[in-house]
Amino acid sequence: MRVRIRHEITQTFEPAARNASAIVRLTPRGHEGQYVQRWTLDIDSDTRFHPQEDAFGNLCHAFTVDGPVTSFTIAAEGEMETQDTTGIVRGTVERFPPSLYLRQTDLTHPSERVQAFAREVRAQPDDPLAFLHALMERVHGDVADADGPAMGDPLTAEDALEKGAACSGGIAHLFTAAARISGVPARHISGYLAVDGEAAARHWAEAHVPSIGWVAFDCGRNLCPTEDYVRLAVGLDAVGVASLRGIGGDTREQVVAFDGRNPPKPQAKSQSQTQGQN
Amino acid sequence: MPHAFDEMSSTDGAIRPAYETLKQWLASVPQDVLDHRRKEAEFIFRRIGITFAVYGEQNAQERLIPFDIVPRILTKEEWARLSKGLEQRVKALNLYIRDVYSKRDILKAGVVPEELVYQNPAFRPEMNGQRVPHDLYVHIAGIDIVRTGPDNFYVLEDNARTPSGVSYMLENREIMLRLFPELFSMHKVAPVENYADDLLATLRSLSPHGGHEPNVAILTPGIYNSAYYEHSFLADKLGVDLVEGRDLFVKDETVYMRTTEGPKRVDVIYRRLDDDFLDPLAFRRDSVLGVPGLMSAYQAGNVTLTNAVGTGVADDKAVYSYMPDIIRFYLSEEPLLPNVPTWRCREPDHLKYVLDHLPELVVKEVHGSGGYGMLVGPAADRAQIEKFRDKLKADPANFIAQPTLALSTCPTLVEKGIAPRHVDLRPFILSGSDKVRIVPGGLTRVAMKEGSLVVNSSQGGGTKDTWVLDA
Repeated sequence: MRVRIRHEITQTFEPAARNASAIVRLTPRGHEGQYVQRWTLDIDSDTRFHPQEDAFGNLCHAFTVDGPVTSFTIAAEGEMETQDTTGIVRGTVERFPPSLYLRQTDLTHPSERVQAFAREVRAQPDDPLAFLHALMERVHGDVADADGPAMGDPLTAEDALEKGAACSGGIAHLFTAAARISGVPARHISGYLAVDGEAAARHWAEAHVPSIGWVAFDCGRNLCPTEDYVRLAVGLDAVGVASLRGIGGDTREQVVAFDGRNPPKPQAKSQSQTQGQN
Repeated sequence: MPHAFDEMSSTDGAIRPAYETLKQWLASVPQDVLDHRRKEAEFIFRRIGITFAVYGEQNAQERLIPFDIVPRILTKEEWARLSKGLEQRVKALNLYIRDVYSKRDILKAGVVPEELVYQNPAFRPEMNGQRVPHDLYVHIAGIDIVRTGPDNFYVLEDNARTPSGVSYMLENREIMLRLFPELFSMHKVAPVENYADDLLATLRSLSPHGGHEPNVAILTPGIYNSAYYEHSFLADKLGVDLVEGRDLFVKDETVYMRTTEGPKRVDVIYRRLDDDFLDPLAFRRDSVLGVPGLMSAYQAGNVTLTNAVGTGVADDKAVYSYMPDIIRFYLSEEPLLPNVPTWRCREPDHLKYVLDHLPELVVKEVHGSGGYGMLVGPAADRAQIEKFRDKLKADPANFIAQPTLALSTCPTLVEKGIAPRHVDLRPFILSGSDKVRIVPGGLTRVAMKEGSLVVNSSQGGGTKDTWVLDA
């Protein structure tokens, strides 16, 4: 499938910031299920992007906007060809052996409750792929997809379980936490979901099955990602794949899918959230 | 518990040669004079404000670390042996850290289990594949040494993150020189005052780019940090700027200091701030102590952080137990300084042994420090042991165990006069791009309570001036 996406992130500062430093993870890499044809990154301020690759192989850009800064808007836009690979992810850049992804983080903290949750699923047949599908079913059944802001601060695994509803990032935290507890390497993915001409930022998970490799799971939709998904960044949790990491300010973002050469005027739903003022 | 080796008097009561002059002197000075000098020393410490705060203590007011006026003496030969062993150890630590963040040969060879690296909270994925200036990671190491006999020195712990205590080493010497000039005229004591010059030379040698005089700064978390005194003390001694995160900023992947004359580039940052707080764009987002973008500048190779990020992967107590193998693996040499035998509770047969011998062992948390959360078997009652047994069973991988060592004792001034007290030693090893520098001696810590083996200052331990005799 051919997908054209535009992702805009606006950060506003009130009062104006002395200067604003940030790192964005907004540039997808290709893999067997995804061919990037064109991709650009722009910012409406006078600054320079410093391209970097983070520890997980994600393409990042760091920049500092000189102050006083009241706002900046960064826009990633491009076009790609996606294919359905039944969730199997191959041809990715791998910087670590799978066992690194057994590492828990603050957001996937294996609390007693999460451990008990993982143990119940582990009672399933002793086959990693079957286990992961059972885990996806279970997460899907216990935590509703609240379709909230995928960016910013998704719930921890524990909170997602406790509340019974979470955005896609929180759901991915619960899945990765439980998989890791059970000895299955799992990681957090950021990207886009584009269906019927509409696109949204979305998070999901990938887990490692020795005989197959990395397999993607979107528990919120109870399926293994298809050609409707664009994979952007990989990490240990939502913070590690954050599209934008800055300091303070108010963040607003919107994602649109489009057909023609030029994106439509922004009118798609906007997601807003506030990052703590530091 | 076995009889402890006393560094002044051997078991047959004879005075060991290094201590002969001191012993005579001690015998000639009346107790009230010693008491008076001790009070004087305390007064000076208070006046210069060298205090520390104990974390987690209610009304955690600043406390003074007890200072013992009786010096600890090592001979030139003993020190020569120690310093060789320390240099070897730090060399291996550096090679290990470089390896786990790049080729991972030691994991492929199965010498160290993968999970000890990848599941280690101190492992920083961000450092993976990251070259650091001069391939050095641990520029300032504090290696804790204990002694059990005339020729028996062991490494007890490696400190590869931000080891502290060096200000005490320097202040102790200064105070001793002031209070006991006569003692120094009777001994040829190797100086430690050049530590500041050595440290500055080391830091400058680590600059990511040669050619000009590198600008060095010390980054402190601020006045609320328990070691703030040391940070400001070192900045003063080195003649470099003491900065907090907000004094620095990053522009075009370069670190600058805000000064009254405009931005000034910073080349080397001796940071006394934990990894977690260094850069809110890379680590803890809520850190207000760090510098946004610092890691980008670091990754671009434009600034040296000392110690490097992620060095903690080499200094927890589980990794410690592999250090002899790590030394053999990288250097093809036998360790010059042995480890204390260590049982890894993560291994079932080790755990079984430990559970069967709790009353005679010391059990420590893998990531613990400051003497917290440990069990000293011989000093614990049955209830404490049973309580610890449950803790250990619940999370074996979090613990290691060691035999209760009869740490050596040194003469110490206590209420009743001079009495033996257990000591350890923390030498500071500086690794620059040009060479390794170690000032003779280090910080001797002493357990002031009779029979106590816990020398940590947070547990009431004190310090002593450490003398290495030059002849």
